[in-house]
Amino acid sequence: MNSLADELTAHRFFAGMADAHLEVLTGCARNVVIPGGTSIIREGAEANVFWALRAGRVALGVTAPGRGMLTIDTLHAGDVLGWAWLFPPYRWHFDADALDDVHAVAFDALCLRGKCSADPALGFDLAQRVAAILGDRLSSARMRILDLYGSPQPG
Amino acid sequence: MVTLELEATDGSRLRYAAGQFNMLYAYPVGEVAISISANPAEDGPIAHTVRNVGTVSRALCGLQLGDTLGLRGPFGSGWGLDSAAGGDLVIVAGGIGLAPLRSVIAQVISQRERFGAVEVVIGTRTPEELAFREQVEMWRGRDDLSVHVTVDRATPGWHGTVGVVTTVLPRIRCDPGAIALVCGPEVMMRFTALALQERGLPASRIRVSMERNMQCAVAQCGHCQLGSVFVCADGPVLTWDRVEPLLAVRQL
Repeated sequence: MNSLADELTAHRFFAGMADAHLEVLTGCARNVVIPGGTSIIREGAEANVFWALRAGRVALGVTAPGRGMLTIDTLHAGDVLGWAWLFPPYRWHFDADALDDVHAVAFDALCLRGKCSADPALGFDLAQRVAAILGDRLSSARMRILDLYGSPQPG
Repeated sequence: MVTLELEATDGSRLRYAAGQFNMLYAYPVGEVAISISANPAEDGPIAHTVRNVGTVSRALCGLQLGDTLGLRGPFGSGWGLDSAAGGDLVIVAGGIGLAPLRSVIAQVISQRERFGAVEVVIGTRTPEELAFREQVEMWRGRDDLSVHVTVDRATPGWHGTVGVVTTVLPRIRCDPGAIALVCGPEVMMRFTALALQERGLPASRIRVSMERNMQCAVAQCGHCQLGSVFVCADGPVLTWDRVEPLLAVRQL
């Protein structure tokens, strides 16, 4: 059976992370299984946890009146769920539901924020990794705004 | 999107390779390059898939069973499936890019033992706009293909993946010895090629199908030229290491 540390090194979010930093993260982490159908994140709630997904799928979206949750993205094994935990005011921007039973490593962000303040190198490392995720999500969102598969303008 | 099944009025058999195109002439409007979406290994009428985006393509989309049109071709380099035999394939289709790749997937299925692992990633705008839906479902049902469909925008009732194709690529099997076949809007192909390279696939092993306005289709008029490359004759399928430097020059 893999240790928590082994699971982190196998997850691409932590690729190349220094052992000392991995140790801190492992100290704030635990394995969780979230049953399919669970509402994991609610927009506006306090963002004090984030998850490194190992198996199962999560739908990320926005809830509109009378329309339920509108899915904007789906996340899978290898993805990270949640980034608002790193930036004030530490409140979620979207909803997230488990589409299947989700196996993940959950991180205590309250604890981790404290560790980042105490160790700027750790803070910078995590901030860089989270920024990379934000960059990918922004890129993906921009591609979709372009509506590349839609019909081109006449002319 | 409309798929036209064509047969020669004189009964002659049209030969072609997956990835080639024909110039289709809609009387009396004009002609346009249309990808062949049929399976080269099968006999019978040849499928061409047309998207209604201009005067000629609109005329083609309006054709009815029994109508006549003109055909010149086939032109262009195919996907080069023979040179990919013996190894893994990664096929990435965006929007109507699935049309020329449908030929390849059909051919791969009919000669499955010639290839290693086959990953197919299909991006579409919404679930309703997915081309060749019944065929895609059939491919998904096969256990000798790994098929991932992702939508840019979900509609109610869609329980699958939501996101651009590049977000699926980190999850597929992609060894450096694979050959990737990519087709779709040029912006999508650029980002896909980049993502595949991040997976360790060399640019020389990534094949894209370029699209430019075709007129003569025989490397004479220069309308389809990309630098020194004639898309109608040297392409439309080109390796990424050849195309990327040409795309970096905006005026081309």
